[in-house]
Amino acid sequence: MTPVLDVRNLSRAFGAIQAVDNVSFTLAKGELLALIGPNGAGKSTCFNMLMGQLKPSSGAVFLNGAPLAGLGPRRIWRKGVGRTFQITATYPSMTVVENVQMALISYHNRTYSVLPYAHRLYRDQALNLLALVGMADQADRHSAVLAYGDLKRLELATALAGDPGVLLMDEPTAGMAPRERIALMQLTADIVSERGVSVLFTEHDMDVVFAHAHRIMVLNRGQLIADGSVETIRNDARVQEVYLGGGTVFADA
Amino acid sequence: MAFFIAQILTGLANASALFMVAAGLSLIFGVTRIVNFAHGSFYMLGAYIGYSLMQILPGAVGFWGAILLAGVAVGLIGVIVEICVLRPVYRAPELFQLVATFGVILVIQDLTLMVWGPEDVLGPRAPGLRGVIRIMGEPVPKYDLALIAITPFVALALWYLIARTRMGVLVRAATQDREMVGALGVNQAWLFTGVFFLGTALAGLGGAIQLPKGGADLLMDFNILTAIFVVVVIGGMGSLPGAYLAAVLISVLNVFGVAYLPQSTLVLMFVVMVIVLMVRPYGLFGREEVAGEHGQIGEPERPIKPAGLTTRLVVLAGLAVLAFLPLFGSSFAQVLVTDILIFCLFAASLHFLLGMGGLVSFGHAAYFGGGAYAAALLVTYAGTPMELVLLLAPIAAGLAAVIIGWVCLRLTGVYFAMLTLAFAQLLWSLVFQWGEVTGGDDGMVDIWPSDWASDTTAFFYLTLLLSVGGILMLRHTAHSPFGYALRAARDSARQAEATGIDTKRIQWVAFAFAGAMAGLAGGLFVFSKGSVFPNELEIAKSFDALIVVFLGGVKTLAGGVVGGAALKGAEDYITRFEYWRLVLGITIILVVIMAPDGIVGSLRRAGERIGLIRDPEARS
Repeated sequence: MTPVLDVRNLSRAFGAIQAVDNVSFTLAKGELLALIGPNGAGKSTCFNMLMGQLKPSSGAVFLNGAPLAGLGPRRIWRKGVGRTFQITATYPSMTVVENVQMALISYHNRTYSVLPYAHRLYRDQALNLLALVGMADQADRHSAVLAYGDLKRLELATALAGDPGVLLMDEPTAGMAPRERIALMQLTADIVSERGVSVLFTEHDMDVVFAHAHRIMVLNRGQLIADGSVETIRNDARVQEVYLGGGTVFADA
Repeated sequence: MAFFIAQILTGLANASALFMVAAGLSLIFGVTRIVNFAHGSFYMLGAYIGYSLMQILPGAVGFWGAILLAGVAVGLIGVIVEICVLRPVYRAPELFQLVATFGVILVIQDLTLMVWGPEDVLGPRAPGLRGVIRIMGEPVPKYDLALIAITPFVALALWYLIARTRMGVLVRAATQDREMVGALGVNQAWLFTGVFFLGTALAGLGGAIQLPKGGADLLMDFNILTAIFVVVVIGGMGSLPGAYLAAVLISVLNVFGVAYLPQSTLVLMFVVMVIVLMVRPYGLFGREEVAGEHGQIGEPERPIKPAGLTTRLVVLAGLAVLAFLPLFGSSFAQVLVTDILIFCLFAASLHFLLGMGGLVSFGHAAYFGGGAYAAALLVTYAGTPMELVLLLAPIAAGLAAVIIGWVCLRLTGVYFAMLTLAFAQLLWSLVFQWGEVTGGDDGMVDIWPSDWASDTTAFFYLTLLLSVGGILMLRHTAHSPFGYALRAARDSARQAEATGIDTKRIQWVAFAFAGAMAGLAGGLFVFSKGSVFPNELEIAKSFDALIVVFLGGVKTLAGGVVGGAALKGAEDYITRFEYWRLVLGITIILVVIMAPDGIVGSLRRAGERIGLIRDPEARS
């Protein structure tokens, strides 16, 4: 079976710094894959290349076998890649449900339509998505007044509006309270199993990672140093070294 | 060859005052991030104060002393303005600062008129520098040579101040990261005040030093404004070397323009500016503007909803009253309401860009005036009937907006605003100087409606239909998917792009749509007046619309229309007072500081407080 996402020899240099160095991995259908690593390991650079915001110096990304090279965020989204941001990006001047409706309007290619009332379009679908993330009761609230955890859930609902096969989540639980973190990742895990969506996420909270990820990859100084099941990673000597000391800071000193 | 050199010398001499004023503006922008639209007013004050001082102080020492003292005096006035008007709006979006400084322009205009009267003032000659020197046979005024010699010293002194002193270090640091400078224990408030003093003092100095060449008049504030903006934008906002280079470039270009292409001097300046900005979007020495540098003040924008039944009934009743106006109103009332309706459509079109799209266009008059001139040209040269013209005028204005928008939307924030302003000025100068076709300053006259609409009442109904139709169309678009996408692009371009919305193109289409609607207003305007003059395209017209939208309330759907109606309605009444600018200016400043939500926003809040309107987020 071809993997949903196939990343081959992805590299990116900023001047003399090799931020991402020859990274290759695959993401299978229905997999919840974590990408972890210390600060500055290259996680965000890697993510930005997958989402089309940053051009790779070399390497290629394939979505269901089709190359994504050179496409911008818009086109990549149209091909079925949803995303959430490290710092939430919502439309504060709209209500909660309108945020999701906006994504649905775009999904149905009606962004330039001027005749209908936008707030009536795809409302039921949007409400279903909000119900999925447990936000239905807040649908008509002004999104600018939401708590941060609720914004994260709203963002997840928005990302699901494009009916994505792949979901890229950049630190989905950053800035949330511990209990909310577990709840959000449980929600994500449920969506993965119910809808067959594949998820790649970065995360700093190891509890979240070890509790939910099916597989973990570890990035350090631009290179993948480990890739395997939760147990393998937990017992990997190099990973322990990277996380517990010695690895990054003093390596070449 | 001799002529050539003499031209260059004249250009260099003209660059002197221009550089000083522009350097002041650039300095203020660099540190405070405020585009001081009142900068031309400080220049004007410098000229008048310098003139008065020269009457008192005798001889050469008195002359040069007067110039210096004028600079200091203007700097002190600048400090008052900074403390009273600008301190409250530093953290606000650009629009607030524009409106506040525009209020200052009005106040200074009337105060100058009060003190020095309406007559132009002829500047005294500099003692000892009255004659001309012949250079290779061409006469060059001695004072020009003195200016050429002085300017580099002023530039050098500024450079020393910025590069070698502690104050300079702070200023440079603040230009790069204000927050960090504050965190290091520098009193930012006084740093800003100090910079404002320096900047306005330079403007005053510029005004006083050009007295022997240009004198002083009440129009010089707006007259220099365009030139210094061009200089600052070409040089790069915040850059002193850039300001010097651009001042020389523009002045020399101007002198040669006068010699070889007298009809195109103004156009030339803007063409150069547009070319520079297309190659280097942030000017010759400018740095990239970081988006989102300006914050928001007041409450966050509320979600919008189509009007409820009650509101619709109220609006319907209001329209019905308007429709019956000819039955009970005089023909004067009908003309007045026609004016108001046209202006409301213009304001609503700008509000659409500003309120929905977050696109602060400083040159919206380009499309109003553009539509008006397109209509006038069609009637005059092609004998086009009114019905067709009213269809073609919005299309012409829309096309202009398509082209201008394509260039301007490559930039954001202040640079976007400046570029839209520059294009509006380009259009204005084209119309102003291409006299054979557009009539130049004399405008175009004898453009009347078709016979069936030539009667005041008939034209009133036509305007009512088209203006209200246009406003409703703008309003409905705000509620449509397109309007939502436009807001999405403003709220979070990142999220919009990540969900498949082409934000730049959405903004481009919106820019064209707003331009077309302004063009429709312009078309109606021509037929209502029977004539059109270049002032329909000038900066003041763009600012009128901005102020109206602001007073009405940017963050409310009805802001544009309500502001337009309120101000245009009041205009007729308040302009009867001799010093109405003073009153208006002070009112504007007070609104900016005390009621930043505008008329509609403030009324809504008041209504919620006393329980007339329900706040949707209030939980019981």
